[in-house]
Amino acid sequence: MPPETRQPARRRTLPTWDFAIVGVLLAVLVTAGLSVEGFAASRNIGFLLLDVLVIALIALPLTLVVVTGEIDLSVASTVGLTSAVMGSLWVSGLSLELIVVLCILLGGVLGAVNGLLVTGFGLPSLAVTIGTLALYRGLAFVVLGDQAVADFPADWTGWAIGSLGDTGIPNAVLPLVLLAAVFIVVLHATPIGRGLYAMGNNTEAAVFAGIAVRRTKFWLFVATGAVSGLGGVFWTLRFASARADNATGLELLVVAAVLLGGVSIFGGSGGLFGVLAAVLLLGSLRNALQLVNVSSDALNVLTGLLLIISVVVPAVLARRRSRRRPRGRPAVAGSATSTNGPSPEAESADRTKGTT
Amino acid sequence: MVGAAVLFVSACGGGTTRGSETADGGSGPTATGEADPDAEIPAGLSVTFLPKQLNNPYFGVADAGGEEAVTEFEGEYSEVGPSEASASSQVSYINTLTQQGVDVIATSANDPNAICGALNQAREGGAKVVTFDSDTDPGCRDVFINQASAEGISSAQIDMLVEEIGESGEVAFLSATANATNQNLWIELMEEQLAEEYPDIEVVATVYGDDEDEKSFQETQGLLQTHGDLDAIISPTTVGLAAAARYLSGSEFQGEVTLTGLGTPNQMRAFIEDGTVNRFALWNPADLGYLAAYAGAALSAGQIVGAEGDTFTAGRLGDYTVGADGEIVLGDPTVFTSENIEEFDF
Repeated sequence: MPPETRQPARRRTLPTWDFAIVGVLLAVLVTAGLSVEGFAASRNIGFLLLDVLVIALIALPLTLVVVTGEIDLSVASTVGLTSAVMGSLWVSGLSLELIVVLCILLGGVLGAVNGLLVTGFGLPSLAVTIGTLALYRGLAFVVLGDQAVADFPADWTGWAIGSLGDTGIPNAVLPLVLLAAVFIVVLHATPIGRGLYAMGNNTEAAVFAGIAVRRTKFWLFVATGAVSGLGGVFWTLRFASARADNATGLELLVVAAVLLGGVSIFGGSGGLFGVLAAVLLLGSLRNALQLVNVSSDALNVLTGLLLIISVVVPAVLARRRSRRRPRGRPAVAGSATSTNGPSPEAESADRTKGTT
Repeated sequence: MVGAAVLFVSACGGGTTRGSETADGGSGPTATGEADPDAEIPAGLSVTFLPKQLNNPYFGVADAGGEEAVTEFEGEYSEVGPSEASASSQVSYINTLTQQGVDVIATSANDPNAICGALNQAREGGAKVVTFDSDTDPGCRDVFINQASAEGISSAQIDMLVEEIGESGEVAFLSATANATNQNLWIELMEEQLAEEYPDIEVVATVYGDDEDEKSFQETQGLLQTHGDLDAIISPTTVGLAAAARYLSGSEFQGEVTLTGLGTPNQMRAFIEDGTVNRFALWNPADLGYLAAYAGAALSAGQIVGAEGDTFTAGRLGDYTVGADGEIVLGDPTVFTSENIEEFDF
């Protein structure tokens, strides 16, 4: 069964990256805790968690999407459109309970549009979701213009920035933990999860193995949209401000976290533990460096460098592996001829090795 | 005082309110205790400027003014901020400042509400919050430094007009959009002042360039063709002033028709140099930042608590009084001419 034949290769390579990210995270936490004043304070940990919460939330379903070899770049625009709709529904007088449900459903519908275009029409998800990135953001401005709706009830906005007792852990971490548990089980402990890796490694083989590739991918896009909708609700409440430009650019941070977490952009490998560690790593670095007054421009440079490292290092490792164990595949040719850093051919060849 | 804050350099999202409920901004800490005007500014006061975004020349100048003031009262100045001016990007910086326990946060808000929760957490931690240029909900800060009052802005423009054309002639307004609250208020005040003090100056038209460069350019062209005896154009908006100057500088009317209004020195420098425009006005952002820093220090020292009527001295700018809603008005706009424009870079 193809999914099973994929497992050994994945086990050999990926825990290394997962462990590395968790290790780097622990190193950053310990270093910052000891050397940056105020970093380890419970209030600061709360601030840190609030900053990364929406990124972590959306990274959960997006990881599954990327594992299947697809991408969704429209997530931040979905957050913005949800926020705008939430604001206008609130002004129109609906109850917040109903609005929250409608917003999550709206996110699901927006995800379904992506899913339909990708699976129904067979279009590349990169192109589709770049299109809906612009479309959903545009719609957000149609809904709310440059207005802001701010008068949400204080007990709701207070909950969004409040914490559990004196722990400093934000209330909003609860739904995150719940959702994380669901996605971790699905990806790492069910046949569905194994099917996702199979799709990412070789879609045709997955189809022949009887996996409902199109249907599964469709529902993954729906889930990504719905979770982004939930992210929009939380974002709006946390900042007590429904705006069409909320979360602009957030998709890059989510994708950065997913790739840094060890998920291959070509699909077929990676896992949620690495991704969640990467989210925390990016957030802790930013928080600690802010506390020592490093400028935001330098922080952006650092995020960019980490992203490049997260793409380059696995490629280099893959090249070294394929050198050690020649497989008589293009991977060897690629690595033998290229001496100036990793080549994309070597990378993709390694990711798809043994798919015949 | 007519109306509250009138902002145009920083015009950002307004607020929509549900039904008859109003935004409840009063939940944060409020001014308590008595002001002691004679209190000393404590040494080593940490003052952090958090602009709408870094790398924005306007805030670069404002924050430099803040640094000048902090140096004068021997505090510790720093500047932090997001690299993009989004509504929520300022929050994590405010959280960091809360954690660091800074004494004064001087900020210009990208959104009047999005940073409220974070600012109130900072205030509960002991920080004094001064907004400048762009206010938050009054419940989230101690004082707001307003660049100028509507009266100050409009009378400065009339003064410039009269200096150029004397006490009689025809004048037209080139405004932004027809429903821009601040523009309409200024134009109304200017018309009132003209009617009362200079009855021989006639307002022949008010046109709208919608703050679009090309439309403003075309409206200027239209004005000059329609009104052959036009003596002057006043454009109380930076986009309109620059576009009108560009049209005039390439037309037969250069030097013949007076143009004045509100603009930034960098946009208008070339037109001052080539004689298209002799004078225009805007507040001085360096003074804005300078006053914000002193107001923060006065709050920290206890000289003021942010209540109406509190007074304090802001270094070289002199004495200030806190107005209603904790608002402090910087003063009259700065008039830029060929004499002083080289001193400004924003």
